[in-house]
Amino acid sequence: MSTTTYREAMRRSLRDALQRDERVFLMGEDVGRYGGCYAVSLGLLEEFGPERVRDTPLSESAFVGAGIGAALGGMRPIVEIMTVNFSLLALDQIMNNAATLLYMSGGQFNVPLVIRMTTGAGRQLAAQHSHSLEGWYTHIPGLRVLAPATLEDARGMLWPALCDPDPVLIFENGALYNTEGELADDAGPVDISTAAIRRSGGDVTLVAYGGTLRSALGAAEELAGDGVEAEVIDLRCLRPLDDATILGSVARTHRAVVVDEGWRTGSLSAEVSARITEEAFYDLDAPVARVCSAEVPMPYARHLEDAALPHADDVVAAVHRLGA
Amino acid sequence: MTRASAVPAPKAGTASGRAPGEDHGLHLLREMLRIRRFEERCVELYSKTAIRGFLHLGIGEEACAVGVMDALTPDDAVVATYREHAHALARGVSMRSTMAELEGKLEGCSRGRGGSMHLFDAATRLYGGNAIVAGGLPLAVGLALADHLQGAQRVTACFFGDGAVAEGEFHESMNLASLWHLPVLFCCENNLYAMGTALERAQAETDLSLRAASYRVPSWEVDGMDVLAVEDTARHAAEAVRAGGGPHFLELRTYRFRAHSMYDPELYRDKSEVERWKERDPIPALIARLSADGLLGGGELEQLEAEIAAELDDAVAYADAGTLEAVEDLERFVTSERAEEAGPR
Repeated sequence: MSTTTYREAMRRSLRDALQRDERVFLMGEDVGRYGGCYAVSLGLLEEFGPERVRDTPLSESAFVGAGIGAALGGMRPIVEIMTVNFSLLALDQIMNNAATLLYMSGGQFNVPLVIRMTTGAGRQLAAQHSHSLEGWYTHIPGLRVLAPATLEDARGMLWPALCDPDPVLIFENGALYNTEGELADDAGPVDISTAAIRRSGGDVTLVAYGGTLRSALGAAEELAGDGVEAEVIDLRCLRPLDDATILGSVARTHRAVVVDEGWRTGSLSAEVSARITEEAFYDLDAPVARVCSAEVPMPYARHLEDAALPHADDVVAAVHRLGA
Repeated sequence: MTRASAVPAPKAGTASGRAPGEDHGLHLLREMLRIRRFEERCVELYSKTAIRGFLHLGIGEEACAVGVMDALTPDDAVVATYREHAHALARGVSMRSTMAELEGKLEGCSRGRGGSMHLFDAATRLYGGNAIVAGGLPLAVGLALADHLQGAQRVTACFFGDGAVAEGEFHESMNLASLWHLPVLFCCENNLYAMGTALERAQAETDLSLRAASYRVPSWEVDGMDVLAVEDTARHAAEAVRAGGGPHFLELRTYRFRAHSMYDPELYRDKSEVERWKERDPIPALIARLSADGLLGGGELEQLEAEIAAELDDAVAYADAGTLEAVEDLERFVTSERAEEAGPR
């Protein structure tokens, strides 16, 4: 075990992938000489050279599309998009090509591509660098959508994502990069299909992912002080959703609160809530509750941004409203 | 920038080394006629409702696909647009599986999942059939990047129309391909209309080869109604790309004789303009040329037509007799069925 950060864990996974498979290369804006906008790829250019750690022009659509083409051509590209807001410039390629080619070609052309991007708020980056649009991507058949929330997942999700024959999106919450913790020196690949129960409890299920896992765990800690035992689920894989883990937990706790940094309307939290209602309605002792970001473009001022985001206190309050 | 305005039609023994000899000239004629007759039959089948959805015909533009494909090797890759029957057929996708695809049958080259706009074929490295205008360009850049990284001496030919030049993806892709010196042969089929919008109503600079040249991509303007000119120029360009010369750009000046799709009432252009262009129909032009060279004096044309008619009848019969994919398979191929690859190699 050694102390590491989420950023370093991610970098270790990149280095590992580049070492393990010659077909793997990383490309994106400022991933090379600059070292990555969030310093995730710092040092990799020196280690692997400019062919495999490729700086791109600011052309999201072209370099994401080039990643798709390179995947079709036998490579295993990792494309980094600086932030999820910018990924909208490449949405055509992600949806109309990456997610669609296999089906549209009658099963002939799969796209083994990994796209990583930063998501989330909390750093006063205002309304064009702070949103959580993972939920939009979970709408699209053909994609696998991952949200590593822990050091183990930051270290372990990339390699299995690269081994997936189809496109995988990895959302890294920007607020997590500096989080520190202990990580086994031999930490390696993890499962990328299932949700994880990060804390067990019998009174209420808190469903969270990515940046909101910390809020949910904080809330569970606080609730424990009030005598309420919360079970915390980390979704990990946002598409396809691991219904069994969610429904199994709700069957035990009879209450659920979904914590999502995305906007409430048309969100991933809405999807999770709907599935619980559809599949576990008679297990419920209370309506499913949701704690989401305020429906505003993210403001710059710290107090406003803070007010817009879901916090542990909000989760605790939501649980109490359910009568737990 | 290498730039040859109005490329002269090649004479026997041009630098390409491909004289329009009997076999070769007849081959080009056969390919163009196959496409023409195929698409004419598509109109009938559309009227009979055997083909539905959008059907974009390229009648008049056959010389572009046929000329370029002739300059490629089987190992090269092709990315095309939604008006790509010609590209599929000229690339070697069978008339049977192309027609079956148009009829939405399981035997189609995309299992009936794609239809007219989305013809795919792994065997001939045809990567679609892309109906997002300019959406295929980044893909072509990526295929070429893969070849570059793997040290493969292959060319990716990317077809698109004049409309694509207005899209950001055209400019991003042109820049990226040039910046990284990638082996892409960009083939712009300029038929003067982006659906119903005339070139001069959409482009501040209507000389499209200049747009490519601004990215330091060597560009040629080619008479897209002259299959020999297309083939000759494409061969030179493909050889340059293959030899490590980076991306090249062909502006193939052509014209679509029929409507944009079966829904198009053609309010945006004069019939007289269409008639003028029909005088430059690439098929009669080649026939005249081959006749003048004495290559069609022995009933060769009639024989070609008969062979193509038989091939087409067979393809339609094959498609008509094709099967509909089981509805139970609706969700197949949303994701891959193959097991996840074993980890590191």
